[in-house]
Amino acid sequence: MSAITDAALQAAPPTKARGYWATVGRRIARDKVSMACASILLLIFLSALLAPYLGLADPYQGSMIRRLRHIGTPNYPLGTDELGRDMLARLIYGGRLSLVIGILPVIFAFVIGTSLGLVAGYVGGRLNTAIMRTIDVFYAFPSVLLAIAISGALGAGIVNSIVSLTIVFVPQITRVAESVTTGVRNMDFVDAARASGAGPFTIMRVHMLGNVLGPIFVYATGLISVSMILAAGLSFLGLGTKPPEPEWGLMLNTLRTAIYVNPWVAALPGVMIFAVSICFNLLSDGMRSAMDIRN
Amino acid sequence: MLTYVLRRIVYVIPIVLSVALVCFLLVHITPGDPLVAVLPADASQELAAQMRAAYGFDRPLPVQFGLWLWRAIHGDLGASIATGRPVLSEVLRAVQNTVTLAIAAALIGFTLGLLFGLIAGYFRDTWIDKVATSIAIAGVSVPHYWLGMVMVIIFSVQLNWLPAVGAGSGGSGAWAWDWDHIKYLILPAITTSVIPMGIVTRTVRALTGDILSQDFVEALRAKGLRETHVFRHVVKNAAPTALAVMGLQLGYMLGGSILIETVFSWPGSGLLLNSAIFQRDLPLLQGTILVLALFFVFLNLLVDVAQAAIDPRIKRA
Repeated sequence: MSAITDAALQAAPPTKARGYWATVGRRIARDKVSMACASILLLIFLSALLAPYLGLADPYQGSMIRRLRHIGTPNYPLGTDELGRDMLARLIYGGRLSLVIGILPVIFAFVIGTSLGLVAGYVGGRLNTAIMRTIDVFYAFPSVLLAIAISGALGAGIVNSIVSLTIVFVPQITRVAESVTTGVRNMDFVDAARASGAGPFTIMRVHMLGNVLGPIFVYATGLISVSMILAAGLSFLGLGTKPPEPEWGLMLNTLRTAIYVNPWVAALPGVMIFAVSICFNLLSDGMRSAMDIRN
Repeated sequence: MLTYVLRRIVYVIPIVLSVALVCFLLVHITPGDPLVAVLPADASQELAAQMRAAYGFDRPLPVQFGLWLWRAIHGDLGASIATGRPVLSEVLRAVQNTVTLAIAAALIGFTLGLLFGLIAGYFRDTWIDKVATSIAIAGVSVPHYWLGMVMVIIFSVQLNWLPAVGAGSGGSGAWAWDWDHIKYLILPAITTSVIPMGIVTRTVRALTGDILSQDFVEALRAKGLRETHVFRHVVKNAAPTALAVMGLQLGYMLGGSILIETVFSWPGSGLLLNSAIFQRDLPLLQGTILVLALFFVFLNLLVDVAQAAIDPRIKRA
């Protein structure tokens, strides 16, 4: 009997159980809202990346005689700005800088915050207290105020704006990373690894990182939404990039004077910031519920 | 309860000191000399050295911090470089307008947020829930300074119903609760209320959902309690967390008002901060940030204590 069963087992196709991440991926792929957001983001990213090859007008070339044309003007589908530059070209080219200054701070903060949180959560004790109490100080400032205080003190500029937003997000990601790590630290498999002679660095890198990255990644994706708004906000205040560079926040600022002449063209850069921000937020929500195996 | 409050106050002291240290250091991370804005470009070396000595910038940093802190404790945050007036009085006058704006925005945002959150949580996965959550996610994702511009475009430029900028006649010091002033407050308040509305909606919706799925609600219903009574239990259970979130949001509105105040030229602390940054008025920059951060710290303390007072589950030992 048993021989037959063994043979049957060997003949059966080797269907492997789907792994956790494959399941999560499938669940996201089935979520219409997440997929729509991902598609919109991909479109905005690709058009920004491929802007020079799209046959657009020169985003820096202005003209005094065709300033502030309305949306739908022939040759200028989205009108022109206060210096007569093509809005469509500037919005697409503007994505390059806007996305970089919005996303880079979160990537930097993700790397720094995850490392700090992982060490604080795993090592615990005094090191944990030292790291987490320092983090608390930054929580004593509302995030907008902290970002503006740092970039106001450092002075205007893209690098300063990225630095200030990174400083704002590191504490937030560290806190999430620390709490997730503390939750995983006392699980059996970590004890098993330690018992089999693995050093703290190996345990953190091999055994813990994979288990804590998911939730931190989801949190960071949501932060991109905030970061996009704040980064463009710093430029809007004049603390980010400088004219004539196309950047959504700065464009919104320079077009403010035009709201009495051509209001809807003036509002366009904000639509881009809004679209990117809401898509990252919805994507983060979608990932969170896809990773939540309970439902 | 008293020991809890005392312990919480003791815990605030190191935070306040660190906040002061961060504000102090802000001026010293600035590239170049902190005196660059006061000194004429052709100032002699001797004059620069004299000024540096007069402001105490020639002493070692820890000594400077000590002196600065000592004066700050006594209410002396220095004088604004641009106007020559004391920083503290400038900041406090501006903060009043920011508080007015924040309270108006909080009334709108919290009322709508609680309403939408409770309804969405109660009617989970129905179309009402979908509408409420969509409004909430739009609220937390919208660049509020852009929304402010759109509001101005619609209500000031197109419809000409409400003024676009300023805080009414009489300048920044003369606020009154009459229509001549309130009409200036409406657009900035609605714009400011959008983010807290979204966040409160999302929080309360999640809370309501969680509470309704707990066993005790089932038990209450089984006992034959009317739905209005069940609702009262839900509110009681959701209140402490909702209160904490609202307190935090109020703090964000007070401290993060610079973008909205810039759009509407609202004469509050944010507009003051804006001019301090661009005039390189470092004492004013430092003072404004310190006052706003301290506001935030004490507001959080207040919320913690209030939360402990209404929630019997928080250990008060």
